[in-house]
Amino acid sequence: MAPTAGSGANPLRDPADRRLPRIAGPSGLVIFGVTGDLSRKKLMPAVYDLANRGLLPPGFSLVGFARREWQNEDFAQEVHDAVKEHARTPFREEVWQQLIQGMRFVQGTFDDDEAFERLRGTIEELDKAQGTGGNFAFYLSVPPRSFPVVIQQLKKHGLADQTGGSWRRAVIEKPFGHDLKSAEALNTTVEEVFAPDQVFRIDHYLGKETVQNILALRFANTMFEPIWNRSFVDHVQITMAEDIGIGGRAGYYDGIGAARDVIQNHLLQLMALTAMEEPSSFDADALAAEKTKVLGAVRLPKDLGRDTVRGQYAAGWQGGEKAVGYLQEDGIDPKSKTDTYAAIKVEVDNRRWAGVPFYLRTGKRLGRRVTEIAVVFQRAPHSPFDHTATEELGKNAIVIRVQPDEGVTVRFGSKVPGTSMEIRDVSMDFAYGESFTESSPEAYERLILDVLLGDSNLFPRTEEVELSWKILDPIEEYWDTNGKPAQYPSGTWGPVEADEMLERDGRSWRRP
Amino acid sequence: MKIDLTDTTASKINKALVQGRRAIGTPAVGMVLTLVIVTDEENAYDALKAAGDASHEHPSRTLVVVKRVSRSPRDRTASRLDAEVRVGADAGTGETVILRLYGEVAGHAQSVVLPLLLPDAPVVVWWPVNAPLDPASDPLGALAQRRVTDTYASEQPVRDLTSRADTYTPGDTDLSWTRITPWRSMLAAALDQVVCEVETVEVEGEEFNPSCELLAMWLADRLDVPVKRSLSSGPGLTAVRMHTDSGPIVLDRADGSLATLSIQGQPDRAVALKRRDTAELIAEELRRLDPDDTYASALRFGVDRLNAPAAVAAVPSGEVESSAKGARAGDETAGEGVAEAAGQEAAAQASVKKKAAAK
Repeated sequence: MAPTAGSGANPLRDPADRRLPRIAGPSGLVIFGVTGDLSRKKLMPAVYDLANRGLLPPGFSLVGFARREWQNEDFAQEVHDAVKEHARTPFREEVWQQLIQGMRFVQGTFDDDEAFERLRGTIEELDKAQGTGGNFAFYLSVPPRSFPVVIQQLKKHGLADQTGGSWRRAVIEKPFGHDLKSAEALNTTVEEVFAPDQVFRIDHYLGKETVQNILALRFANTMFEPIWNRSFVDHVQITMAEDIGIGGRAGYYDGIGAARDVIQNHLLQLMALTAMEEPSSFDADALAAEKTKVLGAVRLPKDLGRDTVRGQYAAGWQGGEKAVGYLQEDGIDPKSKTDTYAAIKVEVDNRRWAGVPFYLRTGKRLGRRVTEIAVVFQRAPHSPFDHTATEELGKNAIVIRVQPDEGVTVRFGSKVPGTSMEIRDVSMDFAYGESFTESSPEAYERLILDVLLGDSNLFPRTEEVELSWKILDPIEEYWDTNGKPAQYPSGTWGPVEADEMLERDGRSWRRP
Repeated sequence: MKIDLTDTTASKINKALVQGRRAIGTPAVGMVLTLVIVTDEENAYDALKAAGDASHEHPSRTLVVVKRVSRSPRDRTASRLDAEVRVGADAGTGETVILRLYGEVAGHAQSVVLPLLLPDAPVVVWWPVNAPLDPASDPLGALAQRRVTDTYASEQPVRDLTSRADTYTPGDTDLSWTRITPWRSMLAAALDQVVCEVETVEVEGEEFNPSCELLAMWLADRLDVPVKRSLSSGPGLTAVRMHTDSGPIVLDRADGSLATLSIQGQPDRAVALKRRDTAELIAEELRRLDPDDTYASALRFGVDRLNAPAAVAAVPSGEVESSAKGARAGDETAGEGVAEAAGQEAAAQASVKKKAAAK
């Protein structure tokens, strides 16, 4: 196999030539748990969309690994159906013809040595037939308990060995453990097989355009950064709300809960991006350094009972549909103390943010599905208008809407037309859908491409994961030993305790 | 919503735009650029359709400037502006104004367009046909940051490339160049996969297709090797063959959609290289509005410097003869050596030219 040349050596590559997309080098993707929902709804369509946009190398190969008794053709048919149903870009036959040549399926269970030998055979065959050059990424779309088995099997069968300039990468999905100890154990397991820089932890939020735009908004503009600090910011609210219940995920969810499922990864990452200092450059190391600094500076409230709230959804009406309570869901222990709603207050101990609370909340069966970051500013120190004129004026805010309806809203006061002076909140809106393409790339497209390119900007690192657990663990421990989750009716914005928590600080939650 | 205005002015059109927006209830303007399409009546429909599709990616105000042909001396002295204002669902994701210019005003289209440009947003002018020889000094072209021509649609495409090179101003671009982006990225990807020195290149495609020349010039410019342009019956570009010191690299597309990439010592691979429609080309063109230096550099390489070594073998003209002699003097092997030396000389000239251009 010919070794790959670095892009520097290629005379056809020129940084000034901005039309040429970053195409991944010769490579393939192996998906474990390929029959799962994530694979069908997100990964396969993302691979197709990438191919359709011409971003995959010629000869790109996709290998599925699962227990099901499938032939290559059945697998291809499955991918075909998934692509037709879920892909973002229109289906084009010639793109499909390009992809299908590199599609293979390996049948087996995770403890089946023979299957892994077959997988190795398949990879070697692809190197010959498709010219993948020994470069493979292993996407572990498998339940957490299978992680160690699969990783060990990869090691045992020499699948993780990088030889002659080729690479082997591991892609893992959350949860990255369920507390600091298990996270460290997982990291050890993975990193004794794959080098740390070859491990990619997917936090699909970081692949979203809006999240990447936080950095652009803050560091490419001049008008936001000067006020992005404790002198002007009153507090920050980061919300991720879902309108659905746990669905069929009882087995996974019970015992984990909203805080571990969402706050530990997504919300703390969003917070890190919102609060971090300007990185010295936009490369992975510099970004990780700044994020790590912020996460390391997070301080928990002294009284966890006062400044954290957890809840469970009770029966109620959600958007016109009757919903059962969490404790009545199939497969849930009626005495379960698992949180489906969690709100916490943290502070960041540094010069920029000292004294500014960050409120993070997440929950299931809330009013609607929404994720947003709201930076709420202080009131004007002095107002020349009399009290009645500004009665309806709230605090100024910049809201980054992560999903849905991606965009940015700026809220400020404006005079109501008329003869009297009356000032009311208005909002100025930037919507992605309005100013840019209707179809931004899916998060998974970006992330898979980055894995193939070896670009780790958008992937949380080991330290970040461990720091996040250090933040969450004391809260979980407190919850374990004190009280039980508050109940909130489905379809509302969480338990009253959460409202009271902010009221004590003289603030209130935004209705997203 | 559609508003027809006859014998009108730019300020009345502006009023109609506001009125249209109010009527459909979307006062917010999220448009990112103004696209001016300069065309004749028969190409207006296709161009507008392509722009409408592209507006899904780039919400824009589209101004279509249609210059009507006057058929009598009376028509030529009369002057009239008609406009068709479309907002909402009729206009893609932005607003569209079709301007029909009769008589004298047709010569002063910029006076109509200027007041209708979006404030503070970039302007792109696109001539689907009949582009001026010097787009940047055209009165409409002068309003724009980006001037898009299409030599593919011209009578003598290859000659036009030369005049484009002479008048090139940063911000100029051509859809024939846009068309070859997938080819260029695939060829670059192919060279990522092998460590080799490219010795000669052949670009094969249909006649009167300036994309083939542009691709050939780009390769010659980047690789500093002789590039031969050969003809086939198409469709479009059909093959690029790179001869390298580690065997040939061939990208072959016979049917206009699925290509085969063959690299010595590696299995043949199928790659999708579909010919794209105009909407996709325009969408790509609008994605980046900064000057395209790579295009400039390829364009300035010059069509006449393609095929140079091939001419040595076929009909040695005086000029080629001398350059070949010069090459032989300092070179050891025949055939290949000549080609290479000629290529290097050409490259040296090119770099001088490039430096001059950079000033």
